[in-house]
Amino acid sequence: MDYVVLLKQVPDLAEDLEIDSAGTGLDREWMSFVASEWDEYALEEALHLRDATGGTVTCLALGVQAGDVDELLATCLARGADRVVRVGSFEQSPDSHSAAGAFAAALDGIPHDLILTGVQAIDDLDGQVGPLLATRRDLPHVSVVTHIAVAADGKTATAHQEYAGGVVGEFELDLPAVLGVQTSREAPRYAPVSRVRQLMKTATIEKADGGGGGSGSGLTIEAMAVPESGATAEMITGNPVAIADRIAAILAERGIGAGAPR
Amino acid sequence: MSADVMVLVEHRDGAILDTTFELLGKAKSLAAESKGEAVAVLLGSGVAGLAGSLGAAARVIVIDDPAFEAFSPSAYQAALVPVVRDREPTLVLVANSGAGMDVAAGLSAALELPLAAYATEVTMDGGSPRVTCQLYAGKIQATVRFERGRGIATVVAGSFPAEAGAGAGSPMVEAVAATASDGRVRFKRLHRPEAGDVDITRESVLVSVGRGIGDQDNLELIEALAKALGGAVSSSRPIADAGWLPRTRQVGKSGLKVKPKVYLALGISGAPEHLEGMRGAELIIAVNSDARAPIFSVAHYGAVADLLDVVPALTARLGG
Ligand SMILES: Cc1cc2nc3c(=O)[nH]c(=O)nc-3n(C[C@H](O)[C@H](O)[C@H](O)COP(=O)(O)OP(=O)(O)OC[C@H]3O[C@@H](n4cnc5c(N)ncnc54)[C@H](O)[C@@H]3O)c2cc1C
Ligand SMILES: Nc1ncnc2c1ncn2[C@@H]1O[C@H](COP(=O)(O)O)[C@@H](O)[C@H]1O
Repeated sequence: MDYVVLLKQVPDLAEDLEIDSAGTGLDREWMSFVASEWDEYALEEALHLRDATGGTVTCLALGVQAGDVDELLATCLARGADRVVRVGSFEQSPDSHSAAGAFAAALDGIPHDLILTGVQAIDDLDGQVGPLLATRRDLPHVSVVTHIAVAADGKTATAHQEYAGGVVGEFELDLPAVLGVQTSREAPRYAPVSRVRQLMKTATIEKADGGGGGSGSGLTIEAMAVPESGATAEMITGNPVAIADRIAAILAERGIGAGAPR
Repeated sequence: MSADVMVLVEHRDGAILDTTFELLGKAKSLAAESKGEAVAVLLGSGVAGLAGSLGAAARVIVIDDPAFEAFSPSAYQAALVPVVRDREPTLVLVANSGAGMDVAAGLSAALELPLAAYATEVTMDGGSPRVTCQLYAGKIQATVRFERGRGIATVVAGSFPAEAGAGAGSPMVEAVAATASDGRVRFKRLHRPEAGDVDITRESVLVSVGRGIGDQDNLELIEALAKALGGAVSSSRPIADAGWLPRTRQVGKSGLKVKPKVYLALGISGAPEHLEGMRGAELIIAVNSDARAPIFSVAHYGAVADLLDVVPALTARLGG
């Protein structure tokens, strides 16, 4: 079984995002990047599945200048991926439709029985790459999945799709297929920084052509903005004790806490 | 191209989901502006009877076929492609659910129609849609237009009132034969959650905790506060994923929708998937160390502070 995982870096939300001077994009000058959370789950699942069925895990990331794609791919190797491939060349992370186009082209030369992506990424404005890629390559796809298992004959897989209220649909799908991973069975394994550093020097990062690119997202961004946070909230200031006092008072007004009847 | 606004209907266990009514209400007002019709598309097996409850639509296209006995992304996508291609609606509204994500992106790729994801508002401007989308877990808002005036939007649950779309009416029902299907994704069964020790949907006070708690051991502080308040502990998804609390305590898109009297959000950033489960709470008080956390845009009261300082102080103040 050949597993393929698509990964990317996204801006680190621990740092404040700023809008650029045009007002239609993020100011990328000081931005720092982290691996997209859901992609790490996708890789973790792929590694488990490969260990169960045998085969290979190949990780694909677009060759974007912003951030550090090679570090991302070296981390995949450190975690146990068999091959890593840098796809195409982009100044910054392109829209989902263009990304799907590039991956679709690269997959011509990469064996794939099961393609795992993160279910979503925080920066996608024009939809999720998984189903976009699947449709371009005419593959079946399911998003928001957990509990992936591959049948003994390697021809089908099963996966759970999550709905509201904890309800879950179980599906069987013909392989090859694309799954958008929501969580992995175990927390993503740790890759020692020293090992990643070493692999960045010694490992082979293959390159694949991303094709001619697509027609883009078909969206025009008129404006981007930081929503006015707390515009409707009354903000409580002061030290923790003062904050606690105020919250207790607000609750008491509603008959909650401090011995109030339930 | 038509001026219609199309809505993909989602239903489960023989009932239309609330998110569909949210979209229908919006579609109706948008279609009035674009001078088209609100068109609901209903796929299923033995579902023709459900069309009557889609009264907010002017027209319901029903594809009633054993092939759609249960939801399957591949089957739905295959059947919808010709419908959307032939009717050429100005806008297709799809709920940003597990099922909706699959179908909307699939349609977008198959029909080369642009897709605006995580929409929270849609307006019509000169007959073409303008969509407000959330990005970066709610930290950025983008306003977009479709380059050629038409496209698809996946809408975050709870963005529009369901009441507007749940009204009675007598839509024109149009039965359409499925011209395509795709059996490569086959539904097997539905798993329903087991009842938990606590039913958070019935609690009037929820002390809800997110990744900001840092360490599992700190949960004790949260339990103590909940006890002092006579409430229960709930959480965001990462806490349930980590196994620190049972899944039945999870609030949000893939968890439960709650509407308590008081919802204390502690160390929860307020991602759209979390907000859709709790924005209906009567009183929301948020404590978060990040002044820009999106939770503060739904909270009634907020404090930028370390929850590990505020929680013990509050418990002590309450005599806990
Ligand atoms: C299909 C799908 C379904 C999903 N369903 C759900 C769902 O049902 N429910 C859900 O919650 N999520 C759901 N998610 C996940 C969602 O996107 C977010 O990842 C999640 O809500 C984030 O949880 P969080 O706020 O606890 O963590 P984070 O986003 O990591 O936020 C932690 C917050 O804690 C703050 N913080 C850190 N330390 C402290 C401190 N000491 N004191 C105070 N504040 C602190 C930080 O500033 C930050 O704002 C879903 C995602 C997908 C893709
Ligand atoms: N530029 C990219 N490079 C690598 N993987 C990507 C890229 N864009 C999207 N993906 C994959 O597709 C998933 C969904 O991304 P998105 O469509 O941006 O929500 C991601 O979690 C990745 O697995």
